[in-house]
This record gives sequence, structure tokens and C-alpha cells, in this order.
Amino acid sequence: MSLSAQRSIGANVLIGLSFVFVALALVVPLALIFSFALREGLGAYFDAILKPDTLHAIFLTVITAVIVVPINMVVGAALAWLVTRFKFRGQQLLVAIIELPAAVSPIVAGIVYLFLYGNQGLLGPLLQSIGLQIMFTPLAIVLVSLFVTAPYVARELVPLMRQQGTDDEEAALSLGANGWQMFLRVTLPNIRWGLVYGAVLTNARVMGEFGAVSVVSGSIRGQTNTLPLQINLLFNDFNIAGSFAAASTLALIAVITLVLKSMLESWERR
Amino acid sequence: MNKLLLSAVAALALASGPVLAQPTDILNASYDIARELFEAENAAYAATGATVTINQSHAGSSAQARAVLEGLQADVVTFNQVTDVQKLVEGGYVSEDWTSDFPNNAAPFYSFPSFLVRSGNPKAIKDWGDLAAEGVQVIFPNPKTSGNGRYTYLAARAWATEAYAGDEAKIEEFLTKLFANVPVFETGGRAATTAFTERQLGDVLVTFEAETLAVVKQLGADKYEAVVPSVSFLSEFPVAVVDKVVDARGSRDLAKAYLDFLFTPEGQEVAAANFHRPQDATVAAAHAATFPEIRLVTVEDAFGGWDKVAADHFADGGLLDKVFVNQ
Repeated sequence: MSLSAQRSIGANVLIGLSFVFVALALVVPLALIFSFALREGLGAYFDAILKPDTLHAIFLTVITAVIVVPINMVVGAALAWLVTRFKFRGQQLLVAIIELPAAVSPIVAGIVYLFLYGNQGLLGPLLQSIGLQIMFTPLAIVLVSLFVTAPYVARELVPLMRQQGTDDEEAALSLGANGWQMFLRVTLPNIRWGLVYGAVLTNARVMGEFGAVSVVSGSIRGQTNTLPLQINLLFNDFNIAGSFAAASTLALIAVITLVLKSMLESWERR
Repeated sequence: MNKLLLSAVAALALASGPVLAQPTDILNASYDIARELFEAENAAYAATGATVTINQSHAGSSAQARAVLEGLQADVVTFNQVTDVQKLVEGGYVSEDWTSDFPNNAAPFYSFPSFLVRSGNPKAIKDWGDLAAEGVQVIFPNPKTSGNGRYTYLAARAWATEAYAGDEAKIEEFLTKLFANVPVFETGGRAATTAFTERQLGDVLVTFEAETLAVVKQLGADKYEAVVPSVSFLSEFPVAVVDKVVDARGSRDLAKAYLDFLFTPEGQEVAAANFHRPQDATVAAAHAATFPEIRLVTVEDAFGGWDKVAADHFADGGLLDKVFVNQ
């Protein structure tokens, strides 16, 4: 009996276990969402999704992602650039601060925003005096989503850019490229997959965020209810089919995002 | 991409920007289990020819009061607790004399803590005393966060005060046993209902009669039974115009007209059809078959008013904390 044969038995068992785990933990719940959603037929399914409040929740969730993801891609890339390409006092502190939103509980993030922008909050009197309402509007949802997803892009890029070092960029500069040319032709192509991964993670978190958003949304039906809040609301309304229909759209958006990402990847490799 | 972003920002600005023209919509900040009630009230109001759009926000009554204080732009509040409106008075959002703005102390309808049991009532639960028996699991929301839960505490205490002739030691013993029988305290009324119905926790759910009757209708009389105790605690659901918001938006007339509608026979009829007991005597008589007779004690008679209840029972270290041992 050779060593490699033994190892392959062990490996097979492990692979089998992983498959069982993936099936139980991921595939079954996902399949369940769709089976519950379609329990009362395709007609009822589309009726549930096309309800104005649910449709608006989908719209609000997508719009929030469309705004938040690009902003955090730019900010994340800039931050990663800053901490990997320059040396300055407080560098480690900045890296730690970038990580902070990922470390605090979402409910804390929501309450911090409430204490900052609420009428009784720090900036409340100022905002009221200029007539700007932030809390309990879609703007609050965007702000709190920006906060909770701030780390994702930088987190992907910082290790990548550290590993790649500055050789390529220095070469570009020595060959006469200006800063902008260097970034577009050298840096960006080098980090693009990290950037895409970061964007996918950001997107997933923005669309799925419940805790922080629930604090600042005011849950006004058809106005400030995002898809996760709407799912919770329908579930508490005893509208099980409706809540699973809404949940299935959220799952579908996630699946589409992942498929798009892998299509981009394979297209790039050809 | 830029174009997409720009249109997204524009859409957002439209959705959140200040209303400059005459408002055509108002926001009703309401308590948790009133979702179906106000959906029906709003439809009935539209049927009278009113063109205003009524937006709804629902959460725990006290949480909603807090949200309004933090800037939730609610034109009207429809709460399940007088004390929650009082918080808005203290914050300068609602005028001192709000109870005289509408008939009947500004409470269009009322309910009281009542019981919902599983079909056949296997634990034979008839009255408050049965809830403290050994082996009975009781579900009601946390009195610390839910008005519904506070009403339940007060109703149980009112029953015990009569049953034990005011013997404080026996009253506290009963309440301690009752609270020990609660396996999990949900934060709001509807969450307690779903714990009882979806998660199948507990033998009896204590919540507003309105909720118990709605569950029987929604989920089937073959699965659940509503049980009315011998005595309970009058729970009036107050409404108020939020002066600070309507003055800023210019929506006072819309807000006032909407709340007025709740007191009309049409509005009262919708409330009764959704299992909230109406104040209107004619409507109440028409629905007598739905609402069995019950003796209700008031906060003034049993506890000397809301201020005294807040100080004696619900303050930190108050009488509630003495019996709420598993919080």
C-alpha cells in the first residue's frame, strides 16, 4: 500500500464531506427560498414581486448599491495606494481605522449615525437650522451603507499591492510616464482583480445589510424600506409567500453578480 | 457609468428632497401590530374621496416615539400608549393639550391584554391565575421595550391585586412566577405573535385582543382559540397630530382630516372589522357578537394615572424589576 493511495482515500473522504457540507449549508437553503417562493404558483410569485412596495424596495436596494459601490471602489483604491506606496506617521493607525467598520456590529454603526445626524444628535440642530433632513431618508441608507462597506475594497487591495511592490510603477515612471498614465496602464491592470473582488463583496454587503439600515431607515413603506427590511416586514405580516418571493429576488441578484464576475474573469483569461 | 450614477443621484434627490409644493402625502408613524388595521383604514379613507397618500411606518410604539424625536417626518402618530405621545409633548413635537384635539381623549379605539391558546386549550387556561401555574409556558413581549408588554404586566397586576386583596407579597409572588414562565421575551408585539405561531413556542400568547382575534381569523379557528380573561386593563390607542412636522410641511389640514376620519362611523366600522373595539356605541352594538363582555380597569382607578405608573412600576429598580427576574 503506497502512501499516495492512502492519501487519496483521506482526500476523497474530505472532499465528500465538503460536498455534503456545501449542500446542507448552502444549496438546500437557497433551493428552499425558491421552492417556498414558488409554492403558490408562478402567478402568485410575480404578483408578490410586482407589489409597488416590494418593487420600490428592489429599486432602492439597487440604487443604493449603484451609488455606494463606485464610491467605495475609488476611495478604497486611493486608501490602498496611500498606505502601500507612501511612508508616513500614523500609517498603521490609518490601516486600523479602515478596518474599523468591519469590526463593529452593524447595529452600532446605525446608532452612531443616529447620534450624529438625528434631531437630538450632534449635528441635529445644525441640520435642522438649514432644513436638511438626513435621518429616515434614502440618503441615510446610502451613508450608513458607505460606512459598513468602506473596508472591503481596501482590504482586498492592500495585501495585493504590498506583494506586487513598486517595481512596475518605477519602471513606468523611468520610461517617462506621468502619474496618471502610470496608474491607468500599470497599476490598475495589476490590481483589477482585487478591485473586482472588493466590488463584489461591497455589493453583496450593501444589498444584504439589515442591522445598520434598520436603525436609520424609519421603515416607511414604499419609501425607505430596502429589500432586506421588506422581507422582514412581509414575514412579520404573515405573508410568507411574499417574503420568500422578495428573498428570492435578493438571492437572484447575488447569483447574477457572481455569474457576471466569473464571466468577466474567464473572458479576461482567454 | 457616469450617466448611470448621475441619474441615480437625481432619483435619490427626488426621493429625499424637501417638499416645496403643497404636500399631497402624509406619514403615519404607528405601532407594530396595527399594519393590517391602517391598511384597511387608509383604503376606506380613500373611498370617501380623499386624495391624500398615507404612508405607513410601523415599529414598537416607544421605538416610533424615539424615531419621531430623532427626526422621522411623521405628520400623525397613532400609538398604543399615552406615555409614548407624552414623550413627544416633552420633546416639543406635540402640543400640551393634544388629548382635547379629538373626541374621547384622542383615542378612537381600544383593546386590552387577552389570551390566545392552541386549539382545544390543552392547558385549560381561563384566567390570569392559570398563567403562573407550573408547566405552563407564556409568551408576551418584553415590558421594557413594548407597550403591549407593559399593558400585560399591568393587567396581570390588576387581576392579582383583586385576587389577593392587595397583599403585596402574594401579588409579587404571582407576578414572579408568571415572568418565570416566559421562555423568551420578544421586543415587540408582532414578534411575540410569530414566536407563538411560526416557532410554536409556548402554551399561551398574551397580547391585545385585536391581535388574538386577527390570528384566529388569519391562521384558522381549527388551530387557535381566543380566550378572554375575567378582568383586564383598558388599553386606549391615542392619536395625535405632530405639530412640529405639520407646521414645517404645511400639512396640518391633511393630518387633522385623516385623524378625524378615524372617529367617524366609517372609520370606527373599519376598526371593529379589524378587531379593535370602537368607541362609537352604534358601531360597537353592531359588532357585539365579535367582542364578548369584559370588565376593564383603567389606569386611573387601579394605579393612579400614567405618571404614577411610570414612577412606581417602570422606573429602573421599580416594581417591574422586582418580579422581572429572568430579563
